[in-house]
Amino acid sequence: MMHTVLFIIFAVVCVAAAINLLAQRHPINSALSLIVVMGSLALLYLLLGAEFVAAVQIIIYAGAIMVLFVFTIMLLNAGEEELSKSSRVAIVFGVPAVAVIVAALAYILSRGAGTAALGDFIGGPKEIGRLLFRDFLLPFEVTSVLILIAIMGAVVLARREER
Amino acid sequence: MPTWAQFVLLSAAKSVVVIIILLTAVAYAVWLERKVVGRMQNRWGPTRVGPFGLLQPLADGIKFILKEDIIPTNVYKPLYIAAPMISVALALMSIAVVPFGEQLRFGSFSTPAQITDVNVALLVLLGVTSVAVYGVALAGWSSNSKYSLLGSLRASAQMVSYEASLGLSLIGVLLLSGSLSLREIVNGQSGTYFGFLPRWNFFPQFIAFFVYLTAAFAETNRIPFDLPEAETELVAGYHTEYSSMKFAMFFMAEYTNMFTVACVGTLLFFGGWHGPALTFLPMVVQSFVPLFWFAFKIFLFLFLYIWIRGTLPRFRYDQLMAFGWKVLLPIALANIVLTSLYIGLTTP
Amino acid sequence: MMNTVPISWYLVLSAVLFACGVTGFIIKRNIITIFMSIELMLNAVNLSFVAFAYQWKQLNGEVFVFFVMVVAAAEAAVGLAIIISVFRTRETLSVDKVDLLKL
Repeated sequence: MMHTVLFIIFAVVCVAAAINLLAQRHPINSALSLIVVMGSLALLYLLLGAEFVAAVQIIIYAGAIMVLFVFTIMLLNAGEEELSKSSRVAIVFGVPAVAVIVAALAYILSRGAGTAALGDFIGGPKEIGRLLFRDFLLPFEVTSVLILIAIMGAVVLARREER
Repeated sequence: MPTWAQFVLLSAAKSVVVIIILLTAVAYAVWLERKVVGRMQNRWGPTRVGPFGLLQPLADGIKFILKEDIIPTNVYKPLYIAAPMISVALALMSIAVVPFGEQLRFGSFSTPAQITDVNVALLVLLGVTSVAVYGVALAGWSSNSKYSLLGSLRASAQMVSYEASLGLSLIGVLLLSGSLSLREIVNGQSGTYFGFLPRWNFFPQFIAFFVYLTAAFAETNRIPFDLPEAETELVAGYHTEYSSMKFAMFFMAEYTNMFTVACVGTLLFFGGWHGPALTFLPMVVQSFVPLFWFAFKIFLFLFLYIWIRGTLPRFRYDQLMAFGWKVLLPIALANIVLTSLYIGLTTP
Repeated sequence: MMNTVPISWYLVLSAVLFACGVTGFIIKRNIITIFMSIELMLNAVNLSFVAFAYQWKQLNGEVFVFFVMVVAAAEAAVGLAIIISVFRTRETLSVDKVDLLKL
């Protein structure tokens, strides 16, 4: 019962916030709805026993990536967006098309088997660490290079050119 | 009564008790700060309300509630109202995973002295800290005032920068204790080194402690890192446009964060509630001795906060950023490398 | 007393979130919001990774989530830097107005 109730609560919050992201005109409202989505996703991860992923989701996504977004919005003082002709076309044709695809996907996915109960599978930091530093050591090291490149790219792009 | 109802009731009761104690402690931390800083600057601090000004927090609280709540015309209202709530809610949330002592016993009933015991408590704390930036950032942005915006831009950049050092400084401790649960980390610190030195993580990890302390000062926006507020430059920084209870909420959030930081520092580096056993006391009092040691260590932490406030001047903004990235972060990384080398060489 | 939730519910939720992301990507005209829609899609994918990890009782799925997060972080850093430099030269965030390769 507990699991079902919690799932429904957080799923509803999640979807509502995602739709709010689409409905809001001002980017800061969209960013805040995205943070809500990420927060409730973290709680859903907890329901699936992924403790560590849930914590990292909050720390990295909500606490670092979205801060960057909010920071950029504040820095550029971005105003409300105005809809253009092409975006109206996109709404008229795109939304129904996406809805159809989702309906089809949901139908296919809902035939899948398996149920989730609370607490019978825990992805704690120890197990994940073992996997990450043994089986996935090479990809892990490669990501560090990726991050280094991203940092340098960001610095080069955002730097004001001095003439 | 079903178990889940029991669980909910117990958690709610604990939360209420902890929040009441915490907010009282916050009020008296303000009193303590005014008193101590006053003495350091050759003044008396509050003296008028009650003996030693002890009722001053009460008077302040009444004043905050009764003041008119001004909402300036051009603010972005929903966020302007939400920002202080976000701040204070997140500040209070982080205390939920902090253990205050071992089991509390009332007759046959016993419960851990903690709201929830989470396996990844330390990560939860880091997560809540990292989300706490939003309160400050949104407050400054929604106020639609240049002082607020500057203050909040500074604050968010500062908090994001120092969060990295804060997180990295904890890793040395984690390597030593091999757990993310605060309770297990504390239990790993019982006993002594060489028979006289308490087995606190502070001794092997004093570099990490220095980094933690510095980063924690920056995270809580205290002097010498109180750039976001910097009265002389920015009026009051991100809460310039706030008044009455909304201002009080930011104030509460700041002091609650101080308490959380002090709690985490005590738990990770100073053995939490472990201390001399005080066996001469009667049995009834005995069970509260760990709580007493915990409170005492937190008091020392707070005193250190106030002491530093009374001593150090404020950093300049570029100095702050350079210090965070070029000094603190490398030190934290070096500490991790050294600690893991030590552990790798000593464990067979 | 039903104490379990079908895994498929999580997958459907993930699909719905992904669709929201796609929709946002199509209909939004603010480049920051478009970028946020991409993050939403990545999040939706992460949810299905975690759900599958649960279903097969293997942590590989959860490890994959970390790699997605790392990529998302790198992407956010570079993407936002690009957005800032676009804003500097064009003074707009609307993607419809950024349609020239050279200014």
